[in-house]
Amino acid sequence: MLNELMSYLGSTVPPGIAGNQLWALIYVLVVFAGVSATVLCMNWIERKVLAHFQIRLGPMRVGPHGLLQPFADALKLLLKEDIVPAGADVAAFWIAPVLGLVAAFTVYCVIPFGPSQAVTDMNIGILFMLGVSSLGALAIVTAGWASNSHYPLMGALRSSAQIVSYEVAMGMAVVSAVLMTSLNTKGIGTLSMIGIVEAQREQGVWFLFKFFPLGVLAFAVFAIAMVAETNRAPFDLPEAESELTAGFHTEYSGLRWSFFMLAEYAAMIAVSSIAVTLWLGGWMRPFPNLLSGNFWDFVFSLFPALTFGGLAAMAFLGTTRMPPHPYFRIQKIGIGVFAVLLGLLALLLLAIAIGGRGDDVNIAGRLREGVDYVYWFLLKVAIFMYLFIWYRATWPRYRFDQLMAVGWKVMLPISLGVLILTAIVGVVVS
Amino acid sequence: MNPMANPLINSGAAPVATPFFFYLLAGLSIVGALLMITRRNAVHSALALILTLLSVAGLYLMLYAPFVAGVQIIVYGGGIMVLFLFVIMLVNIERVSRERQFNRMWPVGLLASCALLALFLGALEKGKSLLPDRLMQIPEASNTQGIAALLYGDAGRMGQYTFAFEIASLLLLVAILGAVIMTKKKI
Repeated sequence: MLNELMSYLGSTVPPGIAGNQLWALIYVLVVFAGVSATVLCMNWIERKVLAHFQIRLGPMRVGPHGLLQPFADALKLLLKEDIVPAGADVAAFWIAPVLGLVAAFTVYCVIPFGPSQAVTDMNIGILFMLGVSSLGALAIVTAGWASNSHYPLMGALRSSAQIVSYEVAMGMAVVSAVLMTSLNTKGIGTLSMIGIVEAQREQGVWFLFKFFPLGVLAFAVFAIAMVAETNRAPFDLPEAESELTAGFHTEYSGLRWSFFMLAEYAAMIAVSSIAVTLWLGGWMRPFPNLLSGNFWDFVFSLFPALTFGGLAAMAFLGTTRMPPHPYFRIQKIGIGVFAVLLGLLALLLLAIAIGGRGDDVNIAGRLREGVDYVYWFLLKVAIFMYLFIWYRATWPRYRFDQLMAVGWKVMLPISLGVLILTAIVGVVVS
Repeated sequence: MNPMANPLINSGAAPVATPFFFYLLAGLSIVGALLMITRRNAVHSALALILTLLSVAGLYLMLYAPFVAGVQIIVYGGGIMVLFLFVIMLVNIERVSRERQFNRMWPVGLLASCALLALFLGALEKGKSLLPDRLMQIPEASNTQGIAALLYGDAGRMGQYTFAFEIASLLLLVAILGAVIMTKKKI
């Protein structure tokens, strides 16, 4: 048992490829727990950021600055009565949220957080991700129909039309990035998520900047289509609250509603990961070729510690800015404890960065590498997650005919043109 | 490191293609198919059909054809079934499910399915001498590339099925154009 546990540590491939089922299971649990925790945090961040965009305070009551609000929400959702409407189709009503959750979480088994920090690598990685995430549309459609209510049905119809239309443009943009992977000496491209990042490393350029402006255009099409695919503002017509109450999940409550919320945020992280992997160099730190060598490796490996150190400093600043009234004493202690926890995390990351410097291939060095890979990947994904909130605060919702016109008459021609031009330029270059 | 060149990819014992998973997936697909034809509610039938299609995708995976499995999930699971459900939901299910079956075609259907069963049994009997007795272990990567070579050609040559493939896609395009022209009065 221990032998099997230790034998994988020296490996440079994901556990699914190495055939190590124990480590694959560990990775699955870590990713599942991590994504669920991230969704909890996103809940708080979204409410806070939206509030500040609108010059409000947002949640302030539960814990200092509302830090414990997501836990209160989760508890409420777990304990809330779970209502099945009288005319609902019970079987389909039960299956829909589970289907959505499974579709949203299954894609995580091919997301490469690092060259070996993934559950597995598939020969058809990106195809698998697009296929399984498109099954989420089935969950929405089933939920809307099973509720036996008008607004959910309208939401489900809008959702299926929207997802099917934007999937086309999205697929074309993805194919143009996959075409770029074949520009190597062998002339063989790859659909594997890890292979796509490796191709960017070999060619020495993120696909975002490849064949300027073709890469940027494909990325832009994908970045717009992925917002539509996840039903987020400004494309949140399936759950437009001013028109459809809450859209397809109007009749859902309690735990099953929280499944839909979990699936929505998990899908947002998943599509952001696709964008990061295909166009932004995946787990690679900035300038891996230009600023190479041990010194620069060490400098860039300090970034995780700096990030958490900065967050800890901000939290400490928060304690000093609390009003000096006795009512705020517990809040002050709470945010102080939060700052100490963040500081300890920063110290741990600093210790890992210093302990694993140099290029000796021991456990400490591999740990440092792994932390770096995961940090840079998650940082890029975090930028996208912030953008999702920013979009929601900035843009008004599209009208449905505008949405369809943009999808079919603007995005599809652009992505087709980019695909054809990428193929032509690729043939000319190679 | 290029993952395709990694010897570990295919040397790991192939744990997926076990009889247990074959019988599980085959059983699921048969159960799904039976549910699909016995449910009166069309949406339940569609959901059962999704189960069958996904199990068949799993069977493709067991045959070391990941690309075919992925396309099965995208095209049938994601695209076609969403459109099926889309159309079925616009029908008044309550009235349709109360209606009696109005055609008397079941003897023909029974005959056809018996003929198909006989065909399968014949192929199984005949196949014992023609087919290899065990599965060939094809590496996943070369399978996907093999499909590409057959469809698009390899190293400057035209593929074996390039012409047929292009003709088929042209046929689909004609069908799409026909559907648009028939539904739109003014283009």
